[in-house]
Amino acid sequence: MFHCLPRSSVCENDSPPLFSQWSAPFLRSFMPEDSTHLSGGGIHGEAFSTRLPGRGGLSPLEFYMPIAEYLTESPINFGQTSLRSAPTNLLNIDHLHPSLPSISLPPPTPFPISPSVPLPFTLSHGTTTLGFAFQGGVIAAADTRSSCSGLVACPASPKVLPIHSHLVGTTSGTSADCALWKRILARELRLYQLRHRRRLSTGGAAKLLSHMLHPFKGTELCVAATLCGWDGDDEKDEEPITDKYGNISTNQVTSSGSNNQSTSTAAAASQPLISFTTQQVVESRSRICGPRVIYVCSDGLRLKGELFSVGSGSPYAYSILDSSVYWGMSVQEATAVAREAVFRATYRDAYSGNNVDLYHVTAKGWRRRERENLKEEYYREKERERKRVAERKAEKNKEKFNV
Amino acid sequence: MEYLIGIQGPDFVLIAADNVAASSIIQMKHDYDKMFKLSEKILLLCVGEAGDTVQFAEYIQKNVQLYKMRNGYELSPAAAANFTRKNLADYLRSRTPYHVNLLLAGYDEADGPGLYYMDHLSALAKAPFAAHGYGAFLTLSILDRYYKPDLTREEAVDLLKKCLAELNKRFILNLPSFTVRLIDKDGIHDMEKLPVGPK
Repeated sequence: MFHCLPRSSVCENDSPPLFSQWSAPFLRSFMPEDSTHLSGGGIHGEAFSTRLPGRGGLSPLEFYMPIAEYLTESPINFGQTSLRSAPTNLLNIDHLHPSLPSISLPPPTPFPISPSVPLPFTLSHGTTTLGFAFQGGVIAAADTRSSCSGLVACPASPKVLPIHSHLVGTTSGTSADCALWKRILARELRLYQLRHRRRLSTGGAAKLLSHMLHPFKGTELCVAATLCGWDGDDEKDEEPITDKYGNISTNQVTSSGSNNQSTSTAAAASQPLISFTTQQVVESRSRICGPRVIYVCSDGLRLKGELFSVGSGSPYAYSILDSSVYWGMSVQEATAVAREAVFRATYRDAYSGNNVDLYHVTAKGWRRRERENLKEEYYREKERERKRVAERKAEKNKEKFNV
Repeated sequence: MEYLIGIQGPDFVLIAADNVAASSIIQMKHDYDKMFKLSEKILLLCVGEAGDTVQFAEYIQKNVQLYKMRNGYELSPAAAANFTRKNLADYLRSRTPYHVNLLLAGYDEADGPGLYYMDHLSALAKAPFAAHGYGAFLTLSILDRYYKPDLTREEAVDLLKKCLAELNKRFILNLPSFTVRLIDKDGIHDMEKLPVGPK
């Protein structure tokens, strides 16, 4: 019937949209009027919209979330091949004691984690990401291996994604979920910025992401992100920041292209500039603006802190970071420590490896360091070790001769 | 893993919570505050499943504040406790129950101090002393033995220290520090964090 749609009907939306949940009226809003109904999981089973009268449609706080219709149904009814599903790790542990937290390490043997739809392959969440704040800004680093139980699906996947000029997020968990939710977050932050003429703070972005992920709690959505950003001054320094805004973003684009050629010279050149601006910023209202690191997890955890590491390789990274990170460290030191931490984690953890990505966020925005292959670092380490062993042998021989 | 404790005196309530925010075996934060201020004289202590705690506690917190804005006066601790319990009960048999264990501590002008124990099955009990977590197994008998209804503030702090000493001695996990607060007719007072580290 509709093999040839006339253009006018498409423009005028005569035919019902194919995916009705994507069109404007079906909005999920989080307005103060909704305080008596918690925004949890579509309990009443309908998508509703509230519009403030006389505001021309959308109010600033409303935003759209892709809520699949199946969330309003019981998972038992949806697409399950048999009523008897594989028990989850979470359910078993909850049974023991209510205050025991759910374990989120990857299972030792691959088995499906209670799929309501049969999965084509087993999921496994392996990565090493880290983020920490210090006097010179925020460092965000991650490995680049995407694994799928035993297979390295992609050895060069970016796990640190920039969200806007002063915010990057490290991703851990399911790659597809992370990529999607980062984009959704970037969209919402951009809308907020256009509506309110200022950037949303990192804490606000974390809260927004946490509340967007809350309805999906209990499903297999797995996103564990560390938002690393710099909160800037508002009105007083608004003009300079917005003036530089266009410049900074284009600079980032061009410099990241040339970064591939020479990272060391770029780092040296921008070093004095960065320290100058941070000094300026720190002098004025250092409580409101400054570096921020916030961990957001899809099971609802939201923690503000100064140092976080996420993923299967995080224990190895923590042990390096805990002893070496302090507030007063320089940018070179911080970069070196972050690199070392990821390297050690990739050395020990099977699910982390390949390259390391490093981002540095300051008041001027984020700067990306060239992706480094850790294979060379591994061989350099082996070489150093061999030399040390040879030296020690030579010393022992000398002592023998002397005695 | 997490620990909450509350002791009610004749004109005050003393409450303490540990400061660890953990994710499986890693301590992600050492200075995490598990107490949520509902009003000038009511505190809600919340432990349980990772995201549920903050979501539920903030929901209750905002609703209690909304009540004050709408009606001009604050909810009493008893009313706030019953409101919290009702919400827990409503969500208990839904698809997304809140897996949280709570202590609500408050001071009312008319009724005096009150400590309310709530658990994830939405039970509610007003108790003179209460504890949540694995640590409760170790410390409730200490409270049973040494508690008296007319204990002074110093005696209550001593009793709390006894409980924390027992945890340090026998609990398998390391809980290095606890936030301690006291509620009386003058409001909420922050007290020194226990145990105090070596100086």
